[in-house]
Amino acid sequence: MSRLFIEASTPLCLLQDAGRFGVRHLGVTQGGGLDWRSMSWANWLLGNGLDAPVVEITLGGFTVVAEEDCVLALAGADLGAQVDGEALAPWRSFRLHKGQRLQFTRPLLGARAYLAAPGGFDAPKVLGSSSTVVREELGGLDGMGRPLAKGAQLSYCGSDLILLRELPREQVPDFKPDTPLDVVLGAQIGAFSGQSLFDAFNSVWTLDSRADRMGIRLLGTPLEYQGKPMISEGIPLGAVQVPPDGQPIVLLNDRQTIGGYPRLGALTPLALARLAQCLPGAKVRLRPVVQDVAHRQQVEYLQRFR
Amino acid sequence: MKPRVEVVALDCLMVRLFDEIAEANMPWMLAASESLRAAFAGHLIDLVPSYTTLMVHYDLTALSPAQARALIAEALIDLSPNASTTGKCHVLPVWYDLSVGPELSLLSQRSGLSVDDVIRRHSEREYQVFALGFAPGFAFMGLVEEELAAPRLNTPRKKVAAGSVGIAERQTAAYPVVSPGGWNLIGRTPAKLFDRERDGYSLMQPGDTVRFEAVSHAEFINLGGDDTPLEAQA
Repeated sequence: MSRLFIEASTPLCLLQDAGRFGVRHLGVTQGGGLDWRSMSWANWLLGNGLDAPVVEITLGGFTVVAEEDCVLALAGADLGAQVDGEALAPWRSFRLHKGQRLQFTRPLLGARAYLAAPGGFDAPKVLGSSSTVVREELGGLDGMGRPLAKGAQLSYCGSDLILLRELPREQVPDFKPDTPLDVVLGAQIGAFSGQSLFDAFNSVWTLDSRADRMGIRLLGTPLEYQGKPMISEGIPLGAVQVPPDGQPIVLLNDRQTIGGYPRLGALTPLALARLAQCLPGAKVRLRPVVQDVAHRQQVEYLQRFR
Repeated sequence: MKPRVEVVALDCLMVRLFDEIAEANMPWMLAASESLRAAFAGHLIDLVPSYTTLMVHYDLTALSPAQARALIAEALIDLSPNASTTGKCHVLPVWYDLSVGPELSLLSQRSGLSVDDVIRRHSEREYQVFALGFAPGFAFMGLVEEELAAPRLNTPRKKVAAGSVGIAERQTAAYPVVSPGGWNLIGRTPAKLFDRERDGYSLMQPGDTVRFEAVSHAEFINLGGDDTPLEAQA
């Protein structure tokens, strides 16, 4: 077993995996890494299952020291990672020798970095997953939903006999926010005013600072729902819901399982991965896509992890 | 009943069975749930029931949207309400007291009933569990009598104690864990509503019925209840 000692952390540094499934009918949220694409690449670099537990580091402020020689992989945002003061770029596996310090300083590109270990970091599975959901007191190192804390230890049991590698350049996701975010049209989209539908897909939306793992609010021209008040119903990942103030909220992994605000549809998984890397203040556009096309794109993308 | 299927996400379809909340929906909802689970089998990721809908989240690597729609259509052919799928009957002990249920007085004022009558009326009716949501094991139950119905608080509390029993409109519920909340609180139950060690995890499931039973402070403590007043926990 290899160990890392956590020397610094924040409430935004969490153990995550692909999420908690099969229990949403009990009111248990999905959870899981917000940028599933970077998380999957971090695991891929080590030959792990794509759902192995990783550390999700949001914005920085996370430092670990190797207690034995370790092999790790880093993907996602460039949070100014350094090994003993020397810059470490993401999208690669690397060695961290005993006593070496890996530090995440500040966001240079993107918002969330994923640190993976051979076989995944050790953590109990609670209701089938190690994903940390603070609000529900589920997952994480102790199973009680606590963020990774200074003084705790991360360990893994996988083999360190791994060929180090870098993700081929053409596979490295583009974190620039200019590509529009695809929204699968559906839900109550027919009950929004024509003007609102035009505005939704033709105006620029600014990411509000009111953003967490439950959802991200978009600021812009208010959208007007003209339908009847809704009875609460299941909320899919990425749902773009519009509360009475007209400012859409994109619902993320830790969202409530059911809710009663009307929705335009839901972001595609690839759009969600990109949104998860945007910082407050970023400008984004929404682009409509139909379910079949989005489905084909997603299935094609998943082939890359083979 | 004429089910409609709507697109809600790349890998999720909403099956809409009804347009109104009604106790009579439940046998149909349970039958449809059972049938959909069987039809999707291993390709089902989650089935999220609510009052009038069932959201099907399926494995997009195994099924195309068209295949998922076909499975839903097949599952709903000749659907009939299954009388044998009636749920469990729960009795939840509740210590009704102003220190843990400060809106008892508000409900009393609104209804013109005495506090004792509010308690009696809340605890004499049998409620149905319509849906679980908001938090693990949080069961939306109803319907409470018109006279006890009250809108949610204008400003939700930042912290509602675990076990708190409340009313919102014509629904009633108990908070499984400490959470923010805007329901009118009338008491507290010592029952463990969500338990990761329990088979099925949640004490209550959609289709179950629930009755609240008023207990004394001593009984509440005996049953493991925490009587810390609400204000002291804020």
